[in-house]
This record gives sequence, structure tokens and C-alpha cells, in this order.
Amino acid sequence: MTVLNVTDLRISYGPVQALRGASLTAAAGEVVGIVGESGCGKSTLASALIGLPAPEARVSGRVEVEGRDLVALPETARRAIRGDRVAMVFQDPMTAFNPVLTLGEQLVDFQHRLPAPKAEKRARAAAMLARVGLPDPQLALRRYMHELSGGMRQRAAIAAALLMRPALLVADEPTTALDVTMEAQIIHLLRELRQDHHGAIVIVTHHLGVVGELCDRVYVMYAGEVVEEGTTDEIHHDPRHPYTRALIACDPAHIAGRVERLPTIPGRLPDLTAPPPGCAFAARCPQAGPDCAVPPPRVRVSPTHAALCHRVRP
Amino acid sequence: MLTYAVKRIGLAVVILFTVMLAMYAMVFLVPGDPASLALGPRATPALKAELIARMGLDQPVQVQVWNFFANALQGNLGYDVWSKKPVLDQILEVFPNTLILGVVALGWALVLGVALGCLAVVWRGTLVDTALGILSVSMIAVPSFVIALYSLLVFAVWLNWLPAVGAGTPGDWGSQARAVILPAFAIGITWVGYLARLVRASMLEVMGANHIRTARAFGLSEARIVTRYALRLAIIPTVAILAVGFGAILSSAVFVETVFSRPGIGTLITSAVAKRNYPVVMGTTLFMTAFYLFVVTAADLIIARLDPRVRDVFRG
Repeated sequence: MTVLNVTDLRISYGPVQALRGASLTAAAGEVVGIVGESGCGKSTLASALIGLPAPEARVSGRVEVEGRDLVALPETARRAIRGDRVAMVFQDPMTAFNPVLTLGEQLVDFQHRLPAPKAEKRARAAAMLARVGLPDPQLALRRYMHELSGGMRQRAAIAAALLMRPALLVADEPTTALDVTMEAQIIHLLRELRQDHHGAIVIVTHHLGVVGELCDRVYVMYAGEVVEEGTTDEIHHDPRHPYTRALIACDPAHIAGRVERLPTIPGRLPDLTAPPPGCAFAARCPQAGPDCAVPPPRVRVSPTHAALCHRVRP
Repeated sequence: MLTYAVKRIGLAVVILFTVMLAMYAMVFLVPGDPASLALGPRATPALKAELIARMGLDQPVQVQVWNFFANALQGNLGYDVWSKKPVLDQILEVFPNTLILGVVALGWALVLGVALGCLAVVWRGTLVDTALGILSVSMIAVPSFVIALYSLLVFAVWLNWLPAVGAGTPGDWGSQARAVILPAFAIGITWVGYLARLVRASMLEVMGANHIRTARAFGLSEARIVTRYALRLAIIPTVAILAVGFGAILSSAVFVETVFSRPGIGTLITSAVAKRNYPVVMGTTLFMTAFYLFVVTAADLIIARLDPRVRDVFRG
């Protein structure tokens, strides 16, 4: 069952076109990854998915969650969906919680839609904290955020997002702020949780390793567009778009021997106030030709695999 | 919280003792002896020796310091050189006037400043915001004595709406209230500007914080976010600055009480300085230091109550 259906989503901040017609879907029980470098529009997309775009953002297109279009809905209706049908695990667990309220007070507040007494909400919060592996949840509920470690905060953030059993869970860089050991633990936790979470999970990250560990399908973004989509296997073992290939070549995990310097993609992101009319990656692409100055076609490679490129053959 | 409170109050006591010591040292280092000053040029040596003995100035320094501390702790700040009245009695007689002035001045500044700050936040980036910014900075920039003199001229002399001098008839609340308006206006207006700027800045900072975004992402209503999540944080700098403001306002009381010929700590200290009335000068300074420390410590305890991170500063 499709939980999330995004069609031709365009978001701009003043003259900057951060998102230029992104389309994606996610079904119940599925984990979908959105991967790309900084500035490709990932975070903009993530906030649109939970119906909380920046106040100055101009949004067009559709973001349907369980059939209701978050873009078209008025703010009051969007607010009713946020924290109930869609929830988000924020990027920086250090600042994602209020510093002057206890974790318990906030987790109880986040269940404000639940018609239940406070004691029951606290019990639910404690049970969820135990579920995400926080030792001594009762004590943690009485703690302020500065009294918890980074890993504990990230677990608490995941627990908060799962409290209302949302149909769509969006995790924005869930491991970026953590050290490697903690990252492995959180990935392990997310893998465990996908077993008993029946909704769709969207993980936004710049880290291909996280995608490989967690996701069923991947969308690769570049300069506000989805340039390639496919199953995790297809993206990792048969990347078609030159950008995806370059990205994988840059992943230190894929580099066998010792190297003097890590490889990078030469050039930089195009100016998003005046994006090129043709392929956005052409300026950095080793295979670019004169035909790349016109908009590239979306070429289907398999029923699940497609790339936005002139060079890709089915 | 208890650990923090005990340590914070202990710190205040240490500061107070340091101030007392510094004050004593200053008086001790100043040339000339208080006895001849008090008795005048025609005093006989016998009279002088008697006064020196009575004031304890013939004792060794450490004994003098000890006596000063012991007396001060018992509420004995010495005696007025001229009227022989206890200094503390004189202070307590006029202090309520100064306290009322300070509370009223800071009170109206707080109400108006917070309101203007919130308006600037609601209409941020608009013409209203800009106008409020210009207004606030003007209020900060114009010196209080200019405001004091002109408000005296306009409202007391030309329009004759409010009394120009004094603190009102004792026991008559109406006349006391009318007497406090102009001086409170004069010293409060700067703080309207300060507080408006501060509230605007801290409110904007807090509302842009990540945890506010989290609260929105969980669908909490905007009203609840502001009252429960933002205000508790945004109010902290305001509480801190209010304590400092109270100190500043007490020192502006020195001139504003002079301008309005209003009995108070300010007039007491100016007349004592003019008459070289050292016990009164020292006693008043010590009293005001203690009072200011009390206000600042109270503000710190309120902040610690509001912000758990502050409570843990002294821990570990």
C-alpha cells in the first residue's frame, strides 16, 4: 500500500530553486533512502514530506500522505497530520529537544492527540524508550537533554517519532551527528525497528553506507532533481547515472588500496538561482556532450530502476 | 537546585565581604583623620583623643577591621557625624522612597518594553519593526537627565499636572503616586528601549531554534509552543538584565532624586558626600552593595529555576 506519493514537487526560496520537480513513492513496510551531497535539496524535501516547509518557501506539486495532499491542505489540517500520521527524526539530537523541559514532559506533550491521562502517556513514553534501548527509561524521563549523551538523545528522538505510530517516518541524517560506534548502534536499532514498524520509513542521508545498510530502494538527488532511482542493489551494483557512479567512486568504503588523496567530483553544484536548461550535472560529467544542453530523458532500465540521463540506454 | 542556591549565596557573601574590606581599605588609605574633620579646626587635642578612642581609631588595624565587620553584621553601620543618629535608621527612613521609585521605573519599563519587543517580533521585517527599532534606540540614546529636566519643565512647570518636587505627603497614597510618576518616567525610559531590543532578539533567536521546529513537527499549537517552549527560554536574558537594570536604576536615583528634590538614598548620599559625613557615605554604600547583591543573587536563583543547565554549573 502506498503511504507516500510525491509528484513533481517544486520548492524555491526567493530566487533559489531548491527542489525542481522531484517525484517519489514509499509503501508501507518499505525503507526508502534519499541520498545526495549537501545542497542538493534533501533537507528541503524532508521538511516538505512532514508538511513543515520553511515559512518563506514557495511550494508547488503534490505530497500525498495516505491520499491527503499536504501541499494543498490548510496549515491547521497539516498540523493535525504532523506528529500523528507523519513524524520526523531530526538531524541534530543535541538541539532537537527543548533544553528547559525534561524528556518526559516533552514526550508526553508530543502525544497531545492521544485522549489518555498523563500517567498513561508517561508509561507509553517509558515503554518506547525501553524499546529503542535506553537503559532505565523512568530515570531518562526525568532527565533534561544536557544530562543525556549524544547516543541517548538520538535514541530518544527516534522514540519520540515512533510514539504515535506514524504511517510515515522521516529520518533526516539520523546518524550524521554521531561517532562511528554510535552510528553503527543506531543503524542496528533502525533495522530492528523496521521489523515492527508497519509504516513507511524515509531516510535522508549523504552517506551511501547508511543507505546500503537500511534501505530497500534509493533515490539519488542532484541539484534539486531525482537523477536516479532503483533498488539498493541496483544503485550499488549497477549505477547508471554518471553522478551516482561518481558518488560511489568517492565513498571511502569502495576504495581498496591505500591512496594519497580521496577522490572527489571535480567542479561544483550549479547555481540554483539560474539552473542550466539541460542536464544539471553536465558541467561536471566526464561523458557530457553537446546533446546534454537539452533536458535529459528519464530512461527506464528495469521496472524499478530509472535514470535521468542522455547516455543511459535501457 | 539546593547545591546551586547554597553555592550562589555563599558567593554573594564572599563578594560582600570583599567589598567591605575594599571600602575599609579606601577610607584607611585616605589621608587626614576623621576626628579632626568631625570636630573642626578649633578642637582641643584632649577632645580629639577622646573622640578617636570612642570611634576605636586608636586600636590596631586588624581590631578595627574586626569591629567594623562585627558591627556591620549586627546592623550597626555607625553614627552620623553631625546628627549622631544611627546611620542604618537614616537609611531605612528614606530607602522605601528609592525602592518605590526603582520598582515603578523598572515595572513600567518592563511592561512596555516586553510589549514593544513582542510587537516587533510579530511584525518583524515590516515598517512597524523598523519604527520600533528607531524608537528603542532613541530611548536608549537620550540621557536620563535630559528626560528628567524636560519632563519636569513640560508636565510640572508648563502644564502643572504633576508635582515638581518631593515624594508626596507621607500617608497620602495619591500624592505619593503622583510624585513618583515623573522621576520613574525619567529613569525608566532608557530601559524600555533596552528591554524592547532584548526581548525582540531573544524571542527571534528562540523561535528559530531547532527544538521549536521539533515541537512544530509534532503538531503542537503555535500558542502552546510560544507559552511552554519559547517563553521560558526567551525570558532568561530578560531576568538577568533586569537585575543589572535594578542596580543601574538605583545609581540613576542619585541624580534623579536630586533633580526632583526627592528624599531617598540618592539625596542622602549626595548630602553626606557634600558634608564629608563619612559614616553615612560608607554605610549607605555598603547598604546599597548588599541590596544590589541581594537582587542579583535572587535573579540568578530565578534563572537557575528556569534553566536546568545553569543549576549544573557548580556541580562536578
